[in-house]
Amino acid sequence: MSIWLFLLLSLVKAVLVTIVFLMGVAYTVLLERKAVGRIQNRWGPNRVGPFGLLQPLVDGAKSFLKEDMIPAGVYKPLYLLAPLISLGCALLSIAVVPFGGPMTWHGMRIFAISDINFGLLFLLGVTSIGVYGIALAGWSSNNKYSLLGSMRSSAQMVSYELALGLSLVGVVLRTGSLRLSDIVSLQTVHGIASWNIFGGGQFFAFFIYLIAAFAETNRSPFDLVEAESELTGGYNTEYSSMKFAMFFMAEYGNMITVGCVATMLFLGGWSSPLGDLIPPPQNIIIQALVPLFWFVAKVFCFLFLYIWVRGTLPRFRYDQLMSFGWKYLLPLAMLNIVGTSLWLAIRP
Amino acid sequence: MHLALFLIFAAVALAGAANLLLQKHPINASLSLIVVMSSLAVLYLLLGAEFLAIAQIIVYAGAIMVLFTFVIMLLNEGVEEKTHGSRVAKLLGFPAVTVFLALIASIILSSESHLGKVVIGESITTTQDLSAVLFRDLLLPFEITSVLILIAILGAVALARKDEQ
Repeated sequence: MSIWLFLLLSLVKAVLVTIVFLMGVAYTVLLERKAVGRIQNRWGPNRVGPFGLLQPLVDGAKSFLKEDMIPAGVYKPLYLLAPLISLGCALLSIAVVPFGGPMTWHGMRIFAISDINFGLLFLLGVTSIGVYGIALAGWSSNNKYSLLGSMRSSAQMVSYELALGLSLVGVVLRTGSLRLSDIVSLQTVHGIASWNIFGGGQFFAFFIYLIAAFAETNRSPFDLVEAESELTGGYNTEYSSMKFAMFFMAEYGNMITVGCVATMLFLGGWSSPLGDLIPPPQNIIIQALVPLFWFVAKVFCFLFLYIWVRGTLPRFRYDQLMSFGWKYLLPLAMLNIVGTSLWLAIRP
Repeated sequence: MHLALFLIFAAVALAGAANLLLQKHPINASLSLIVVMSSLAVLYLLLGAEFLAIAQIIVYAGAIMVLFTFVIMLLNEGVEEKTHGSRVAKLLGFPAVTVFLALIASIILSSESHLGKVVIGESITTTQDLSAVLFRDLLLPFEITSVLILIAILGAVALARKDEQ
């Protein structure tokens, strides 16, 4: 297959997926506002369009039109670079996620932008680089509260990255490969019974991953770093209009990415929970769209869980947060690895 | 195409290293070092060492350089002051370095037929192959290295503890 066709197809896929991802980010913000509103016994935004569905578009227009202030004492190169790093890493993660079935066209998978050998490690690497966006934002803002917020956030992200990575090792042990499409294919065998959370024995790893992911994306109940009442906004205090919107989009983008990873590794990715009970449909278009539908449904359940936890639980204090990550979550993740290895070694 | 990728990322690594030396503010130097580490990861990938490339990003660029950057941010030193520099170093230093580099280059180029060659972009050493070597053939050095790292961690913790009266 010629290199130009490959480049063209990759470009088309990347542009389409980025557009869908950004629209997903915008509507996740709306979902959060409405869901948290209902939890707090009030309507969310419902004026703009039916059920408030045009609210994200109006919010986007507002962000573009607001005055873009750059305070006087900031260190300008890093001040302008930090939101780019954050948003870039959030968008980069979607490149290796297989979001649909294993259909190929001219030898290329349609439903994954790139299917590399070490896809899982790529996601961890991008998460590690994303810490820089927050660290540089807080420092370059020349503001004590920003620096404090960003240092706390970076320390929290680095600490919970360990538990995050270790909780995924159990899945890799069971699959024998770091390639995300292999991990998903192994779970398509028997429907819901072969998903890693149930049949694969990764039940505890799933919850460790969930908690570590909440902390990694700086979301409730670990969102001390952006709590307005604590730190006057944390690392994004001095940012206005589009740069602030970029940090916001990066946070929700990370949420969606974490949801995608949890779906692929623990809940079977694009495979249907019914497995072989329903025969595959004859029409090729429906056959292509059904796995996509299952993937999006599972990621939506995840996002709803995120938002539900935000509306329900109070936040951790910072020292509680750090001690929880290092003293409880990390040993539990290591115990999970030991348990999974023993289980795999004993049964043939 | 592999040659083009190699040239681009080797140039980026060299530019990052030169920028690291020439920048006056330490935070810019630290970010240039991150650029160097990332380009090295791409060069490892071109040589086929996929696990090493991503481990370079996760460990080096994503953890060790974060530590460096934190230290620079918290020490908050600002732009370094310009000293006059030593005239002897400029008169003797630059020619000496040029002669030294020319000597090394000539030795390497003259013995080119004796040295082996690596073709970039040819083969990939998968993680399975790496783990077979690491956990089967070279298991003892691997375990001893992990004990060594444990000793270093214990030493650091012992040094950093506050004295309890």
